[in-house]
Amino acid sequence: MTQTHIALTGIEQKFGKGANAVIALTGVDLQVGHEEFLVLLGPSGCGKTTLLRIIAGLVRPTSGEVRIGDRDLWVGEARDNAVVQELGVVFQDANLFPWLNVEDNIALPLKLRGRSKVERRERARELCRLVGIDGFEKRWPRELSGGMRQRAAIARALSYDPKILLMDEPFGALDAMTRDQMNLELQRIWMASGCTVVLVTHSIGEAAFLADRVVLLSPRPGRIDHILDIDLPRPRDLYVQTTPGFQDVVAQLRHRLDAAIA
Amino acid sequence: MNRKFLARHAAWITTPTLFVVLILIWDAYVVRFQVSPLILPRPGQVWTALLIMLQDPRTLGHAWITLYETLAGFGIAVAVGIVLGALLGKVAWLERTLNPFIVALQVMPKVALVPLFIVWFGFGPTSKVVMAAVLAFFPIMTNTILGIKSVERGHRELMVSLNAGTWQTLRELELPTALPYVLSGAEIGIVLAVIGAIVGEYLGGSQGLGHMAVATMNAFDVQSMFGVIGLLTLMGFLLYFAVASLRKYITPWHESVQLTKT
Repeated sequence: MTQTHIALTGIEQKFGKGANAVIALTGVDLQVGHEEFLVLLGPSGCGKTTLLRIIAGLVRPTSGEVRIGDRDLWVGEARDNAVVQELGVVFQDANLFPWLNVEDNIALPLKLRGRSKVERRERARELCRLVGIDGFEKRWPRELSGGMRQRAAIARALSYDPKILLMDEPFGALDAMTRDQMNLELQRIWMASGCTVVLVTHSIGEAAFLADRVVLLSPRPGRIDHILDIDLPRPRDLYVQTTPGFQDVVAQLRHRLDAAIA
Repeated sequence: MNRKFLARHAAWITTPTLFVVLILIWDAYVVRFQVSPLILPRPGQVWTALLIMLQDPRTLGHAWITLYETLAGFGIAVAVGIVLGALLGKVAWLERTLNPFIVALQVMPKVALVPLFIVWFGFGPTSKVVMAAVLAFFPIMTNTILGIKSVERGHRELMVSLNAGTWQTLRELELPTALPYVLSGAEIGIVLAVIGAIVGEYLGGSQGLGHMAVATMNAFDVQSMFGVIGLLTLMGFLLYFAVASLRKYITPWHESVQLTKT
């Protein structure tokens, strides 16, 4: 593994208080390397989304430390702005604002950072090309298909050149065929952008296809069960799914997952 | 001519037809039962009275006064309603503190305030502007509060992940979300502003269509009274449609606009 980009130490997350408290995550130690594609995989209730939200700074862990590069994510009660600037988050829903056209949605983070209109438009065009929705810059979000909306959401997350892309089941709401295509695109975008990616999924096939490493989480309480390196060569095409190497990875993950649920 | 075309455009024929039929029933009723013209004049008599009234330049002057009072009151209501609504929608403790007062003011028959406003602001147009503003203000404010609170969770989370400040979140997310709600409030508000202006004119002063209605009553000129009522209805109609059609220009992205298109 290359130099550490994200380091989690002793993460514990409780929801609620006293006797009703639920431990969502416990004893999580994890390092993610620079430009690594890491996938968090697990059944529902294993805390994978919570873990991603902790890395994104949307949830403050009950205890434990989150370090991005050489800085702490949390300084006292607040998030370190310089660190948050380096994080791009893609949610399961595209969360495009219906009152902004595609271009303005993509450039929203730049607007919040006070960039000029000309610069924003230029960057939005560039990103539309990168994620494959050029020609739709002036459309309303509702005029786009689910897959295209999610592409726009990825473009928006990339607009300010974050070093880390955090994705919470970004294609979970899409049909299987669109999903395969989007995974292929995501691999391409990731290789072109040089980001570190942490992606949450409950699909074994998706994890095996995308990941450099798969982190398997098990539920009640959520914790890391197993970490599996995936050495399939890149770029991977959809036919990689028919190779023995891929199927071996899927079988391993399936066994570990079944053991974790049982 | 196919069925769809008929279904879409039939209202252009059926609505005027119904209007004419109602007028004819009115006329037939007066003739058949020999109703006194002091109770219900014939439509033709009302029409004649209306034409005579419109030839008098003072009528237009009265109409302008009422229009001015309505629009000024409505403008104040929109400005105060949005600012206060946004504030109460954002600051929970402020809303909890002021809520009993707001409810009390809302259930109070505000028309009873007209004599007070005349004492405070005189017999001129100002007291009517205030009355119009007071009536129109509540639906606009309560709808703004509702709109600010209707922000989608995912949208809010996106703004958090982008490290947006309070003002940025208000400007880029909360106000645009609230806009369709504010417009619904404004549609109710404009109608109430007309009522406020007219009730104010009934009770004090010597100007406006409301005053004209009272003057015609005192002169037992029932035909003209019907004419004034007709003018007031027309004014309310035009103002309501002006406000309602703002939707198309202010929120072209919203579903309500899409629905009216198809």
